[in-house]
Amino acid sequence: MNELSASSRITYRAVMVRPGAARRIRGLSDRTLAWLFITPTIVLLLAINIFPLLWTIYLSFTNYRANRANVPTIWLGADWYQSILTDPDIWAAMQVTAHFVIWTVVIETVLGFGLAYLIDKKFRGHGMWTTIILLPMMLSPAVVGNFWTFLYQPQIGLFNYVIAFFTGREASSFQMLGDVTLSPWAIVIVDAWMWTPYVMLICLAGLRSIPDYLYEAAEVDRASKWRQFWSITLPMALPFIMLAVLFRGIENFKMFDMVNLLTGGGPGSTTEVASITLKRAAFESWRTGYSSAFAIILFVTVFGLANIYVKALNKVKSR
Amino acid sequence: MKRTMKTFVVACGAVAAAFGVGAGTTSAQAQGKTITLCWAAWDPANALVELSKDFTAKSGIGMKFEFVPWTNYADRFLNELNSHGSLCDLIIGDSQWIGGAAENGQYVKLNDFFKKEGISMDDYMPATVVGYSEWPKNTPNYWALPAMGDAVGWTYRKDWFARPEVQKDFKAKYGRDIGVPKTLDELKDIAQFFQGRDIDGKKVYGASIYTERGSEGITMGVSNYLYDYGFKYDDPKKPYAMDGFVNSAGAVKGLEAYKELYKCCTPPGASNSYMSEGLDAFKSGQVALQMNFFAFFPGLYKDPNVGGDKIGFFVNPAGPAGQATQLGGQGISVVSYSKNQAEALQYIKWFSGGDVQKKWWALGGYSCAKSVLNDPSFPTSAPFAKEFLQSMGMVVDFWAEPSYAQLLQAEQKRVHDYVVADKGTAQEALDGLVKDWKAIFKEEGKKF
Repeated sequence: MNELSASSRITYRAVMVRPGAARRIRGLSDRTLAWLFITPTIVLLLAINIFPLLWTIYLSFTNYRANRANVPTIWLGADWYQSILTDPDIWAAMQVTAHFVIWTVVIETVLGFGLAYLIDKKFRGHGMWTTIILLPMMLSPAVVGNFWTFLYQPQIGLFNYVIAFFTGREASSFQMLGDVTLSPWAIVIVDAWMWTPYVMLICLAGLRSIPDYLYEAAEVDRASKWRQFWSITLPMALPFIMLAVLFRGIENFKMFDMVNLLTGGGPGSTTEVASITLKRAAFESWRTGYSSAFAIILFVTVFGLANIYVKALNKVKSR
Repeated sequence: MKRTMKTFVVACGAVAAAFGVGAGTTSAQAQGKTITLCWAAWDPANALVELSKDFTAKSGIGMKFEFVPWTNYADRFLNELNSHGSLCDLIIGDSQWIGGAAENGQYVKLNDFFKKEGISMDDYMPATVVGYSEWPKNTPNYWALPAMGDAVGWTYRKDWFARPEVQKDFKAKYGRDIGVPKTLDELKDIAQFFQGRDIDGKKVYGASIYTERGSEGITMGVSNYLYDYGFKYDDPKKPYAMDGFVNSAGAVKGLEAYKELYKCCTPPGASNSYMSEGLDAFKSGQVALQMNFFAFFPGLYKDPNVGGDKIGFFVNPAGPAGQATQLGGQGISVVSYSKNQAEALQYIKWFSGGDVQKKWWALGGYSCAKSVLNDPSFPTSAPFAKEFLQSMGMVVDFWAEPSYAQLLQAEQKRVHDYVVADKGTAQEALDGLVKDWKAIFKEEGKKF
């Protein structure tokens, strides 16, 4: 015993003194252990995810207002749902959202895949270029919103000067954020600038996962590069592209911070995406019941579309 | 070393207070209680920090400050009140909040306290009492002490107006001397005259006006035109009856006139401007005229580039139906969820003192006390004092109903859609506004 080190003595005593406890722990089944480990996560999930969701569903059927907690809550049934689904302003906001989602996803996918395809070809300095391309997505949307507001400034903004340089128009003759026609595109441009690298990254992973032997076999069969692209590259990368589309689609459907900072939904309601309408109803007008119903509608829409999409994605993957 | 440490602690406190994180405790205050005052982050708030040092010195109660930029001010503090938060012991809340805060029990009713301490609302300018303290309006139910009088006014580049070539060109074009506009038409002429003009080799623009969409900007701006053209919130004889008042022929013309001013005479990119954008445009020498709240005028007057002799001030000019201006400003209230109500009330009592009110004005705050405003020397005490006094005599405020935020959002949308986004006509915008407001009041259970 004397020649044992201090730590060994402690271990020895622990084993000797509490054999029963050790046996009890050893006696736990795998299932019990699994429950032991996941219980904290489940409790957290229930507390901060499931309960608020159920509570929101309940509130969406009431007249509850968070700023008037002392007013009796009345059950309204599906009144809010009916009023939201027949409100032209809501449909206008959904159209703005659809425009934003569709165009950003299309542009980001095309550019992202294009960039990934280029980066995938090994060339000198491609690592440095990859890092540079990825920079925008590492920035906070709040920062991006703020500095693009300056870039779009008609008198001092770099964006207007670049356009003026190429078109010959006066830089202050157009305003990206204050013009009804241009502002929806202004937010699309910023989102595409920020998130194309993200799509590129996912596509790059897809391209790198294609085994070289497929191309080697195609070379043996004398398939042209064009044929290789359509028959090997695109189909093999498609699940990744679809995944990127899913992520960006869901994310942009909920887009708030960047649009809020760039235009605040304006001019008028031209860029008022659904999440801005929701925020105004919930935290400016304090129509908690109404905004809960709207939030549920948005959730169901995203969830439903995402489910249909995932099924399509699984089909593509299983091919 | 001790002195260095003390300086360091005070400096840290000042920096923290300036960033709105609230910290400014000194060794004297640490022994007693500390109360938190919530307000917007702007020039008068800095003056209040300075003023409040006297309170701490006198009472031993420390002061912490929570200042939030105007664009987030309502969101932040209404959230705080609605969640029954006790962050703020005292709040300088916007005038329109008073209905909601009173009815939802968020502010402490001050009638008994005023009576006990001998504070009389007769000692304050009537418009500020109605605007900042009373709910329901025009009844002796007080929820705040008028703290910061404010209204929308205008600034102009006096030095540009004084240039011989400007005077000559203006007279040639409009057949009259250039000077402070007395009517909104004259104001538009001046703005149009300067739009795109070359001043010292730099292209300048006519006017900076409020066009902000997100919070309350465009409503605070357009109201100055609507009131002068005959807009009324409702029938004076029949509350909440809005048809023919909100959307009267005069109001429609007023809205059209505001849009004309926006289209003809504002700098490029001014589609989302509010207080800070107006200040930037004026301070950078971009515009000849600026619409803004009086609260900013002391700071503008001190500005090294555009202040002093270069700046002039005037009240909102008259329109075809009269002359009025949008009320700004706030009262100071005790938050009912505060755990330091006694100390907060002590602050209000101290703040209502005659000498304190005088110092408040001297530091850059706008006192609402008659003892300050009716003093014969007041009109000459600052270059904008006379205009402030005149403006406070003709202020009109937005709805102060509990549903004010909804009412405000409806106007923001309708007006911005018409003025900035060119959607529909002025008549359609105001008809739509009546429809929206009726729906909101109906939801509130109002009869009209």
